Amino acid sequence: MNGLFANENGRFSPRLSLRLRYGRLFQLLSLAAVTLGLIVLSVLILDIILDGYKWLRPEFFSQFPSRFPEKSGLRSALQGSLWMISLTALMAFPIGVGAAIYLEEYASDNWLTRFIEINIANLAGVPSIIYGLLGLGLFVRGLELGRSVLAGSMTMALLVLPILIVSGREAIRAVPQSLRHASLALGATKWQTIQNHVLPYAMPGILTGTILAMSRAIGETAPLITIGALTYIRFDLKGPLDLFTVLPIQIFNWVSLPKAEFQQLAAAGIIVLLAVLLSLNALAIVLRNKLQIRW
Amino acid sequence: MNESQRVLSTVLRPRADHDRREKIIRAVLLLFSAVSIFTTLGIIAVLLQETILFFREVSIVEFFTETRWTPLFASKKFGVLPLVNGTVLVAAGAMFIALPLGLLAAIYLSEYASDRARKLLKPALEVLAGVPTVVYGYFALTFVTPLLQKIWPQTQAFNALSASIVMGFMILPLVASLSEDAMSAVPQSLRQAAYALGATRLEVTLRTVVPAALSGISAAFILAISRAIGETMIVAIAAGQQPKLTLNPLQSIETMTAYIVQVSLGDTPQQSIAYKTIFAVGMLLFVMTLVMNLISNWMTRRYREVYE
Repeated sequence: MNGLFANENGRFSPRLSLRLRYGRLFQLLSLAAVTLGLIVLSVLILDIILDGYKWLRPEFFSQFPSRFPEKSGLRSALQGSLWMISLTALMAFPIGVGAAIYLEEYASDNWLTRFIEINIANLAGVPSIIYGLLGLGLFVRGLELGRSVLAGSMTMALLVLPILIVSGREAIRAVPQSLRHASLALGATKWQTIQNHVLPYAMPGILTGTILAMSRAIGETAPLITIGALTYIRFDLKGPLDLFTVLPIQIFNWVSLPKAEFQQLAAAGIIVLLAVLLSLNALAIVLRNKLQIRW
Repeated sequence: MNESQRVLSTVLRPRADHDRREKIIRAVLLLFSAVSIFTTLGIIAVLLQETILFFREVSIVEFFTETRWTPLFASKKFGVLPLVNGTVLVAAGAMFIALPLGLLAAIYLSEYASDRARKLLKPALEVLAGVPTVVYGYFALTFVTPLLQKIWPQTQAFNALSASIVMGFMILPLVASLSEDAMSAVPQSLRQAAYALGATRLEVTLRTVVPAALSGISAAFILAISRAIGETMIVAIAAGQQPKLTLNPLQSIETMTAYIVQVSLGDTPQQSIAYKTIFAVGMLLFVMTLVMNLISNWMTRRYREVYE
């Protein structure tokens, strides 16, 4: 017999107040788990701001990296991140949305569809550094693109594709069936229906997913290190086949230098990175709230 | 051709054009979907190709039984065990934080929190998962390690523990979010039945909801382990570059992912054996995470089948 339900004589007793007290303790414990996570997040952000805010001067954004901390800046990293994110979006968006359309609107329930879905689910869980090895073997060496921003963007496009497809599918699925029926009944073809009716309504959701995928790509470091993005670039990025660096790689480079000033530069770089990510996420939330139609 | 035939043909001809256009569009979209298959095939092909070349020079027995990993030294030893040891040590430490805290957080969000509190707390917690890993690496190295050194002075500047702790908090939202999904999928009627038998909320939670959601929670746990094993930047920054067989988390170690980063940062010629090692290590990493992801997906599908 469970001791919880027996009194001191061993007779049955519900002992409700004791059990409820355990319940309250447990509730506090589970609330503490949530709070602890949020405390760590706050400490992390506070620590980084305190470490780095002094270095956030205008020169920090306009200077190339340098051996001297006071002459170092994010110029090449910002250019690289901007190039990479633009090229990644350019490649990943049409493929991701196209795949989402196919899977939601065209695919029949057969082995090929199931195989594609299993592939997407598994690719979402492949460690990002493995994508780096893929990019190294396929784009850098195989297609002989070298350590260019194009090779990096192609790698990143493959990495964010599962995120884009999953969010795109959700957005397309949320468009009510009646809309499609109405369009088809008026004689529109399937593609006309998708192009003129399904996609416009799904677009806010698709864009939200795209922004989230891009914020993932902006913060990724490991795959770009593997394909050989450089840490020390002292020239402007002119074209897709140029060597490049990005924000997180510049931060990683500064973290690994022993001088204390470089650690602070890393913190300043992190503040910039987090600010970019925060604005992207805010934009995604605004898009979702303002544009999304509720059925 | 009379008038009615002429009208008919102009109406009908575009129809044939449309049909062809529709077919082309469908084919292009199918091709886009197939990119995911090509990606998987690409990963396997690239890893396999270099791994086969690697095992032409190094015996597979040495790879899995030798206890030293020194491919970058003059006297080369190719035992992957120290790297696996480092990986498992860090991942296990991270799980000590992520699994209990993540499950507790999920229980709070699913069973205790009001709707308003949940709408506020869940996205706040998910910010933790959105922070780039290089940021966590910085935090582990410059904040957590000095803290650990105050508690245990023998803590090395690079150590497994700081990486574990920070990684644990990074993965916590993943565990919380997936476990909460699983618990929310448990039908309300099960809870009501337990309440009707006189159970308190704690008893309903621990003896009805959690067991009923167990396959979903296990799926979340396995996915969390897989994520910890594949995590790269935290360990590359904070855990060190010394592959060794140890269970002491205060020491500098090296994980599989950190080794790949270490070699990638150096300028390694393509024909060298060091270049091939990163693909062999990558292959092992890919297989380990793939197996776990497949199990996790399978378990998630199972609880969906039961309750939806």
